[in-house]
Amino acid sequence: MLNGTEDEEKWLAEGIAGIQHYAFFMHRALDSNNLREALKYSAQMLSELRTSKLPPHKYYELYMRAFDELKRLELFFKDESKHGVSVVDLYELVQHAGNILPRLYLLCTVGSIYIKSKEAPAKEVLKDLVEMCRGVQHPIRGLFLRSYLAQISRDKLPDIGSEYEGDADTVIDAVEFVLQNFNEMNKLWVRMQHQGPGGVKEKREKERSELQDLVGKNLHVLSQIEGVDLEMYKETVLPRVLEQVVNCKDDLAQYYLMDCIIQVFPDEYHLQTLETLLSACPQLQPTVDVKTVLSQLMDRLSNYAASSADVLPEFLQVEAFSKLSNAIGKVIEAQVDMPAVGAITLYVSLLTFTLRVHPDRLDYVDLVLGACVKKLSNIPELEDRRAMKQVVALLSAPLEKYNDIVTALTLSNYPRVMDHLDIGTNKVMAMVIIQSIMKNYSCISTADKVEVLFELIKGLIKDIDDADVDELDEEDFKEEQNSVARLIHTLYNDEPEEMLKIICIVRKHTMAGGPKRLPFTVSSLVFSALRLVRQLQGLEGDIVGEDVPVTPKKIFQLLTQMIDSLSAVPSPELALRLYLQCAEAANGCDLEHVAYEYFTQAFVLYEEEIADSKAQVTAIHLIIGTLQRMNVFGVENRDTLTHKATGYSARLLKKVDQCRAVYACSHLFWVDDQDGIKDGERVLLCLKRALRIANAAQQMANVARGSGGPVTLFVEILNKYLYFFEKGNGQITSSAIEGLIELINTETHCDSTSPDSISDAFLASTLRYIQFQKQKGSVAGEKFESIKL
Amino acid sequence: MVLVLALGDLHIPHRAADLPPKFKSMLVPGKIQHIICTGNLCIKEVQDYLKTLCPDLHITRGEYDEETRYPETKTLTIGQFKLGLCHGHQVIPWGDLDSLAMLQRQLDVDILVTGHTHQFTAYKHEGGVVINPGSATGAYSSITYDVNPSFVLMDIDGLRVVVYVYELIDGEVKVDKIDFKKTTATTHSAH
Repeated sequence: MLNGTEDEEKWLAEGIAGIQHYAFFMHRALDSNNLREALKYSAQMLSELRTSKLPPHKYYELYMRAFDELKRLELFFKDESKHGVSVVDLYELVQHAGNILPRLYLLCTVGSIYIKSKEAPAKEVLKDLVEMCRGVQHPIRGLFLRSYLAQISRDKLPDIGSEYEGDADTVIDAVEFVLQNFNEMNKLWVRMQHQGPGGVKEKREKERSELQDLVGKNLHVLSQIEGVDLEMYKETVLPRVLEQVVNCKDDLAQYYLMDCIIQVFPDEYHLQTLETLLSACPQLQPTVDVKTVLSQLMDRLSNYAASSADVLPEFLQVEAFSKLSNAIGKVIEAQVDMPAVGAITLYVSLLTFTLRVHPDRLDYVDLVLGACVKKLSNIPELEDRRAMKQVVALLSAPLEKYNDIVTALTLSNYPRVMDHLDIGTNKVMAMVIIQSIMKNYSCISTADKVEVLFELIKGLIKDIDDADVDELDEEDFKEEQNSVARLIHTLYNDEPEEMLKIICIVRKHTMAGGPKRLPFTVSSLVFSALRLVRQLQGLEGDIVGEDVPVTPKKIFQLLTQMIDSLSAVPSPELALRLYLQCAEAANGCDLEHVAYEYFTQAFVLYEEEIADSKAQVTAIHLIIGTLQRMNVFGVENRDTLTHKATGYSARLLKKVDQCRAVYACSHLFWVDDQDGIKDGERVLLCLKRALRIANAAQQMANVARGSGGPVTLFVEILNKYLYFFEKGNGQITSSAIEGLIELINTETHCDSTSPDSISDAFLASTLRYIQFQKQKGSVAGEKFESIKL
Repeated sequence: MVLVLALGDLHIPHRAADLPPKFKSMLVPGKIQHIICTGNLCIKEVQDYLKTLCPDLHITRGEYDEETRYPETKTLTIGQFKLGLCHGHQVIPWGDLDSLAMLQRQLDVDILVTGHTHQFTAYKHEGGVVINPGSATGAYSSITYDVNPSFVLMDIDGLRVVVYVYELIDGEVKVDKIDFKKTTATTHSAH
């Protein structure tokens, strides 16, 4: 092939050299006003264009050289004073040139001047020229010749307001001329496909596409003729152009020209001729990419609609939507082999169009989705990734447009489209939906919408196939589930009955999620339910619902079931926390038995499931902290639970932790409320027990390391003594406090104890606190006064 | 002037979907020098988000945090002030000022920041200041009814700290401020 290109280069160079050669002599002739010589040499120069050896892009270069020279020639021709021949005679004279191609170039050149001179009507000259050009039937040569004709005639068309308009010459004549030139050029262009050396099809198509703009230019010209108004476009221009497009039966030309029509003519025209334009589509060759053509058209019309609200009524008036959707339906039906991605892309374009032009017509949107569903149903397994991407685009469009998931949820075909997605894509789409909800801070407030939503996102909620869960990256899985957890908080209705329904629906769906998903979803749902309980606390009386009366008790039953399900994971630490939350909520509702049950469950988990020592420390503190706040328990119940809490506190693994948990328990016997328990004795018992443990810890540290452990624990206990002293616990005496301070000092200054700045500072600030209390005056000051430092 | 953002108890995703939009638009990267977070974020995404607001991020462990390795307590010095940070579920009774004061003495700090109750408070006592920034998302709390989303911004300047509290009440952000002054500068421990 390299050889071929080298040859072509050589021929082009030869051709250019030839042109330059003859042009030189032509210029001499022009300078000496020698018409005969000028004609002779110009004809010879133009003969270089008779070559058939060059491919289009090289022929173009040759043509451009000749074109430049012809301009100078035209100037010469125009000036009669130089050569003394009238333009009429000149027109006849040039026809004596030997070969037809040079003859016609010269004729066109003179023709240009002829029209300018107005010695003959423009329409006559133009008609003559366009028909004479038929003499050249070679595709490339003919195309360039006619292109030349189009170029020089451009400013001489008898358009409205042009100087060439007359009684006989009208716009119609201009249009006729251009149409005819266009038709002939298209025929030549199409012929290229079947002519020439038996080369590779791709090569031929490439060469053809290099020439496409020559043909398309005519349409451009038509669009710019002032006199071509909507009427003329509708009655004459479009039908004639389409006739040529359809009849040429060439897929390359058809595709290019349809696209050209759409790009070149104004959108308002397309709207008004929609039917005509669309009816051409089924008539095109089956190999033409009609869907792209339609997509382009719809995209243009979408943009047109977006440009200004004033144009929207026009769309309605011409029934654009139904025409377009019918056309698309026909195309898809006709092209059975159209790949899925093509059909869906079409629907995406149609949907974009619909959302722009008829955003309020949800029924139209639903129709488009429905048509897509129909197409998808005919495909056994949609595996093409690009097609999937297009479906995601289709489903995302309404979300972006309406910024409100609820609107999308009302589209009956929306879930049906999603059903056709494979699991992976379903999850992608589900995340898109959730993100849309988050971004817009949407709130979904009815049970039936929640139902639809959870059906849509079912890929995230449960395993549809066995394959999935293992394959998914852990980070991604977490992200997914956290998104679902967050989603749950956007589901809300302040009507308790409706809210309970919502909770039940979510529970129904999430229960099938399996052990991996439950920890995420159960937590969110539990707190959602607790909020409802809180709300009911504020309301008077029970709310009797249709099926389920909405009472806190009923909700607690639900809560228990939800938390119980965590045992399948298992998630004992989480379950313990949630039971305690419920206990506190039950306390607020005055449900002693329910609260007691929750504590029982929490203790069971503590005893049997929570083995890690650090986890135990936190867990026991949560139990103590919650229990401390309970006011619903009777003495017996309270005692049982307190006893258990203290017992477990004393049995923690490390002495340090034991000590702290035990003195925390002291607060179980003292609640600062009006009716709160204030058992000074048991408080002191706890503190003393803590002290014993601290002592034991100190001994152990001495033995083990040969030096004492931190004295901090003693200072902590001292602070607790002071706390209850201040609150008025009579069992705590100032001498006990003094004794404790002395103990701390002893331990601190003991030889075996290593210096510890932290406990020193702690003691110092504690003593400062005592001093400060002394100086307070009144009752508090007096009390503290008794402490001798 | 050093700006310190104090916030916590977001409970994302278990009790809240996200920070309120009005808070989000106020919290812009590059304006704050330190962030102290009482805990209960609860997921890494929240930590990452806070990190984008300010790289100097301090977090203590809440009982629902996904990351179990956050410390139980933390102390740091900013300017003339020593700050202490702790989630607060460890201090029983929950929300009890005197018990929190004990923790303050133990940590030896001027300002103690704790959470857990989801209720904004700022107390001054002879030992220093105890601040609770509340819940930045207004998350459900068993302790506090009617939680309004809130966070705290401290402006530390020499011996003075101005505590700004931002609360979202009925859809509007309300700001309040409290002044605290230290009497003596922080001395380094000479033990």
